[in-house]
Amino acid sequence: MEKKNYFVDDKGFYGKFGGAYVPEILYKCVTDLQQSYLPIIESKEFQDEYRQLLKDYVGRPSPLYFAKRMSEKYGCKLYLKREDLNHTGAHKINNTIGQILMARKMGKTRIIAETGAGQHGVATATVCALMNMKCEIFMGKTDVERQHTNVERMKMLGATVHPVTTGNMTLSDACSEAIRDWCCHPQDTFYIVGSTMGPHPYPDIVAKMQSVISEELKGQLDEKIGRNYPDYLIACVGGGSNAAGTIYHYIDDERVKIVLAEAGGHGIDTDYTAATMHCGTEGIIHGARTLVMQTDDGQIKEAFTISAGLDYPGIGPMHANLAQCGRTKILAINDDEAIYAGYELTRMEGIIPAIESAHAIAALKKLTFKPDDVVVLTVSGRGDKDVQTYLNNKQMAKEYGNF
Amino acid sequence: MNKINKLFSECADRKLLSLYFCAGCPTLEGTADVILTLQDNGIDMIEVGIPFSDPLADGPVIQSAGTVALKNGATLQKIFDQLESIKDKVRIPLVMMGYLNVVMHYGIERFCQSCVKCGASGAIIPDLPFDDYLRDVKPIADKYDLRIIMMITPETSEERIRFIDEHTDGFIYMVSSASITGTQNSFGDAKLEYFKRIDAMKLKNPRMIGFGISNKQTLENAQEYAAGAIIGSKFVSLLNEKGNPKDAVDALYQAIKQ
Repeated sequence: MEKKNYFVDDKGFYGKFGGAYVPEILYKCVTDLQQSYLPIIESKEFQDEYRQLLKDYVGRPSPLYFAKRMSEKYGCKLYLKREDLNHTGAHKINNTIGQILMARKMGKTRIIAETGAGQHGVATATVCALMNMKCEIFMGKTDVERQHTNVERMKMLGATVHPVTTGNMTLSDACSEAIRDWCCHPQDTFYIVGSTMGPHPYPDIVAKMQSVISEELKGQLDEKIGRNYPDYLIACVGGGSNAAGTIYHYIDDERVKIVLAEAGGHGIDTDYTAATMHCGTEGIIHGARTLVMQTDDGQIKEAFTISAGLDYPGIGPMHANLAQCGRTKILAINDDEAIYAGYELTRMEGIIPAIESAHAIAALKKLTFKPDDVVVLTVSGRGDKDVQTYLNNKQMAKEYGNF
Repeated sequence: MNKINKLFSECADRKLLSLYFCAGCPTLEGTADVILTLQDNGIDMIEVGIPFSDPLADGPVIQSAGTVALKNGATLQKIFDQLESIKDKVRIPLVMMGYLNVVMHYGIERFCQSCVKCGASGAIIPDLPFDDYLRDVKPIADKYDLRIIMMITPETSEERIRFIDEHTDGFIYMVSSASITGTQNSFGDAKLEYFKRIDAMKLKNPRMIGFGISNKQTLENAQEYAAGAIIGSKFVSLLNEKGNPKDAVDALYQAIKQ
């Protein structure tokens, strides 16, 4: 059987997905980046600085924690990859550290980024403070309101936050506005994309920067269970960055089953969903050919989910390809299931996960494990930013909501 | 002969003015009226904007026109139907302008067929990569005698401009500056240098300059170094403000005298 290539090809595609569908004004920027990203990432200078910062500044390696009570409940050996313990509270900083080093190497002086839940915005503002670079964050007005604490953190860190008032005023609109800003400042500006989306080479850059997650898993699993691979990997997926990092070094290892949880919102049979891989069709969004939720007339639909970080009508092209090849199993987790799972992890393990990560926890209930199955689940972020949302939705928490 | 080629060959001795408007805005049914009114008032070519939910290269004015058009229920099919109804009255070239997702969803070949059927002479698809144009779109467009108009910008290298010039026909859309669509009060020295630099390349295709043209100075600068100018956001604003195309085009002529 011909071996499938799940990684990006030399033209920037994952199977039929990917590419760089950008206006001509960005052609040079994108081509420059395509030509320089691999030499930069592979250079010793970059690797030394990146690794040092991940260790001393981010606090890596992030722990791999055996969740005893949850393991008993779900009849497996559940290990949590604790990206929530990183500096700034999520996996996002793995990527922003790498991209800002690239920006500096390429002589750019101004940083822009989009953000949904605000985690990527905070992670970008953080590295801009660290490197003393000008930082502009685009964030949908709806998200500015529902993730207010993160907005204040970005401002404290010295970033300018631009509330975006077009469309649904969420992540997708923030991406569009960031790209428009980039069109107006192609020479001095580096766009730090937060997920495995956007024009090539961004999906590959972000996947490579996040691949430190699965790189660490190999050593940590070897140490804890005597073999360097799990039976299952579970992560949540919006644009797909923590999922890409979690699976990166296991993509070609068919012994490892991969389950990804996307945001079902009110349900995939309703108009209120962000489950792109269940409801999407081939299209182009933010410079990439991928699966997109769209109308019969090719207009991009607004995504809907309780989770600002998964609120995106597209999906990274790498994930679109993996899912269509059957390499990954995609589950849609509805708002109420995610909230319940967030409370469950809180009560059983003393970990309040981000609502995004709670979608991955909720996947456990939908899978059947053998007692010896080793399951690694990435807790992509911490839930501090979501406390109000958890409290507002206590009724979804059933037995955990009586307080 | 394709109407775009005909326009540039017959009017080589004078400067051209092309206008963009977003079909379906301010009213769903107004497309035909806008086109015929502009034709009667001396406009040389019209870009018929196809509204899209996520227009990455457009500023606030055209974004908002697209949102209104979509709320009004505009679809590519409805736009084509309206164009077809005035096909026999339209003498000037019409160029469809829209993003790739909508065109791809409609189907490239079907899109070309519909253009022919309704009398459009070409299309501008700002996020269509040049490789995809050459491989997937050009062979079909050529078959239907349609011109796919590609853009160049201040960031486009000379080598790439030559390549684009070699593989396109009709005209080249020259983006005035590193920007999204919208109005600018003046073009600075750097932009004029860029206009002169491209003019001196003696490309085989005529060039139309667009993005940022809203008054006498920007219009004259553009027309001095190219075959003509394209006005978008300024006209879309006036069309919204005046509510009818005759008053809007009169106001536009006033604005570009100042």
